[in-house]
Amino acid sequence: MERIISVLVENKFGVLARVAGLFSARGYNIESLSVAPTLDPTTSMITIVTVGDDRIIEQIMKQLNKVVEVLKVVDMTETSYLDRETALIKVHTRPEHRDEAMRIADIFRAKIVDSSPTTYTIEVTGDVDKVEALINMLQPLGIKELIRTGRVAIAREAKVPSRRESQAAKA
Amino acid sequence: MKKTGAEIFVESLKQEGVKVLFGIPGGVVLKIFDVLHQQKDVEVVLTRHEQGAAHMAEGYAKATGKVGVALVTSGPGMTNIVTGLADAYMDSVPMVAFTGQVSTNLIGNDAFQEADNVGISRPCTKHNVLVKDVRDLARTIKEAFYIARTGRPGPVLVDIPKDVSTEKAEFKYPDKVNLRGYSPTYDGDKHQIKQAAEEILKAKKPVIYIGGGALFSDAAHEILEFAEMTQIPVTMTLMGLSAFPGGHSLSMGMLGMHGTYWSNMAMHYADLVIAVGARFDDRVTGKIPEFCPEARFVHIDIDPTSIRKNVEAHIPIVGDVKTVLRQLNVVLRSMDGNQREIKELRRPWQKQIAEWKQAHPLKYHQDEKSTKPQYVIEELYKLTHDKGIIATDVGQHQMWAAQYFKGAKPRTWLTSGGLGTMGFGFPAAIGAQKAYPGELVVCITSEGSFQMNLQELATAATYNLPVKIVLLNNGFHGMVRQWQDLFYDGRYASSYLGKIPDFVKLAGAYGIRGLRALKPAEVEPVLREGLKHKGPVLMDFPVYPFENCYPMIPAGAAQHEMVLEDPPKLTKAQRGRVAKKKPEEGEGVLPA
Ligand SMILES: Cc1cc2nc3c(=O)[nH]c(=O)nc-3n(C[C@H](O)[C@H](O)[C@H](O)COP(=O)(O)OP(=O)(O)OC[C@H]3O[C@@H](n4cnc5c(N)ncnc54)[C@H](O)[C@@H]3O)c2cc1C
Ligand SMILES: Cc1ncc(C[n+]2csc(CCOP(=O)(O)OP(=O)(O)O)c2C)c(N)n1
Repeated sequence: MERIISVLVENKFGVLARVAGLFSARGYNIESLSVAPTLDPTTSMITIVTVGDDRIIEQIMKQLNKVVEVLKVVDMTETSYLDRETALIKVHTRPEHRDEAMRIADIFRAKIVDSSPTTYTIEVTGDVDKVEALINMLQPLGIKELIRTGRVAIAREAKVPSRRESQAAKA
Repeated sequence: MKKTGAEIFVESLKQEGVKVLFGIPGGVVLKIFDVLHQQKDVEVVLTRHEQGAAHMAEGYAKATGKVGVALVTSGPGMTNIVTGLADAYMDSVPMVAFTGQVSTNLIGNDAFQEADNVGISRPCTKHNVLVKDVRDLARTIKEAFYIARTGRPGPVLVDIPKDVSTEKAEFKYPDKVNLRGYSPTYDGDKHQIKQAAEEILKAKKPVIYIGGGALFSDAAHEILEFAEMTQIPVTMTLMGLSAFPGGHSLSMGMLGMHGTYWSNMAMHYADLVIAVGARFDDRVTGKIPEFCPEARFVHIDIDPTSIRKNVEAHIPIVGDVKTVLRQLNVVLRSMDGNQREIKELRRPWQKQIAEWKQAHPLKYHQDEKSTKPQYVIEELYKLTHDKGIIATDVGQHQMWAAQYFKGAKPRTWLTSGGLGTMGFGFPAAIGAQKAYPGELVVCITSEGSFQMNLQELATAATYNLPVKIVLLNNGFHGMVRQWQDLFYDGRYASSYLGKIPDFVKLAGAYGIRGLRALKPAEVEPVLREGLKHKGPVLMDFPVYPFENCYPMIPAGAAQHEMVLEDPPKLTKAQRGRVAKKKPEEGEGVLPA
């Protein structure tokens, strides 16, 4: 099963290598990986998408926790979360296809961020389903180049309970 | 006052209480060696190979429980300690290795003797750091020692560029470490402990399975109390040997591939296994789906990754062995004071184990002609008994030593288990001897392993470290030959060693006493004489070359499917074949 694991680490030289090395040394998969500093510049967040059965995921979480520079490990998939990724898609646009490309971009609320006489570069942000759907739609036009950032995820805040829920709680 | 990095290095080591380090100098660490040379608190043992330095640091650490220290130069100095780091990582040995590095402005330029020390060692260290600024040096050293010895111990590498050792900074050794991502758990969860206690009192066929963690935690006393109070039989892994007295009536000796028949049978039929600082290695479990089919597991380990890695844990307890067992013993005492009842409850199980033991004891046949390796070890055990420290190399001799030595005191058994590093034993013995110059330290080895680090004979001679080497000389990579006997129709592919040095002469060349026992009757006198000798001594025991080590769980088999002796159809034919072929001209099993 696919999991999104958020790993908060010390923002130090070599930490990413240790985390990535742990995956390769133990034969775990990395489907995607993204790293950037957090609000606190001394820490970085590594978001890893991986697959494995429960036992493997448990080992991955424990092994990550063991790394001295790792401060916190959260399996986002266990919580309620939002995930996003950005893709830049360069499509071939023959004159008869330019309108079609623009329409597709519109439907997905994607932006055309660069254009040349023969191409558009489309930027899209969304969850995986949305990004994949857009790619599928653009495929027939001919995709010249595709770059994806890998996914990042954030936990949802607890919802404000609906009126019915809070009444049920009182009862 | 400001100090140079080299001075800070030495001052920091003193603060850590380091008495000795093992190493070899080179360009980028000359400044550090120069400062070391001008003081007396930290002694330097100059080894003959960096691998030797790393294993000496391990031997020192295993014997004392303190952090072992090695110091080597950049490039080849560092790459030469990689085996030692990997060995220490697998066996959780607390060690800090300092490596020299080219100056910070040259890093990445393929400078002379540059290597990516941190990159190379990353997968085989618990932690590693490149120090880029002399102002970080003291703190980094403090953290390195702290990380190496706390939690699950392990090797830490600190890489020091040349300019960091010459530049100056204010020196103040920090009194605390502040590592927000690192805080091992020592106390066990109370609820889990209570549950474990309940199961322990109920169990009819329980086994205590002790691993290396019990030694790292210095928990021998707590284990003894736990086992005696509950009357549960105890088995130990190769790494756990000496944590519980081998001669105790509850001891079943080692379990696993070459463990005793009765401990493996007990595990197989157990209804409760209490794993204490052990990690369910494949040499212990055999075929996992058939491992302890009837048992529930209580698993005490300080490292959460060890729990549920290979085997389900019904009651996992993350924590330090000593602390958890203290907690557990208190609960057990409060829950049941009735010793007689417990003894009654356990009696049938103990009787069953005694029957297994009687049915298939450890055995070998010693005739008058050729010495059996087991015989040498038994004779050695008779002479040394509970005295001294044993270090072994890797192979059949290691397994026989594990079977026949019944260690009574913790930290008297030094061996390489996880990595199984041939060449570990002799330098490890030197390291232990350096820690305890007055104690008896014996290295049990064989010609294959010994030749992997025999250059350290010069170190033993130089520092007059009176290690007693007992070399079981079978002319083969015996353990490999045994597998070829059993699984490759006796084709001895590259396991026959051919020309073997005359070890007595070799010892003499290093100015060390050499002795040899050519027949069984000479074994005991040679051992006696060797052990009595004041300095280092090498005792060569040409032994029967085709002896195989039993019992054995063949690879892929389950615990209760132990092979107890050579399969009859294989033995004669194979040996005939080999005898016809060897020894060839100029070669021989016995030294020329
Ligand atoms: C030729 C050869 C044959 C072998 N045959 C056998 C055999 O027949 N039987 C056998 O048992 N082994 C055998 N071995 C060794 C085997 O490969 C493993 O090294 C060994 O079984 C591991 O021992 P262990 O489980 O005690 O773990 P160790 O490697 O000693 O690990 C210790 C465990 O304790 C934990 N720990 C550390 N400190 C603490 C603490 N303070 N509190 C709590 N937990 C702690 C660690 O996290 C770890 O999980 C053989 C090796 C060789 C080379
Ligand atoms: C460095 C290293 N290389 C290879 C091996 C594989 N190996 C395991 S046991 C063994 C043979 C050991 O021979 P020896 O030291 O003579 O001991 P014996 O088995 O004869 O007692 C070998 C080659 C190893 N464990 N370590």
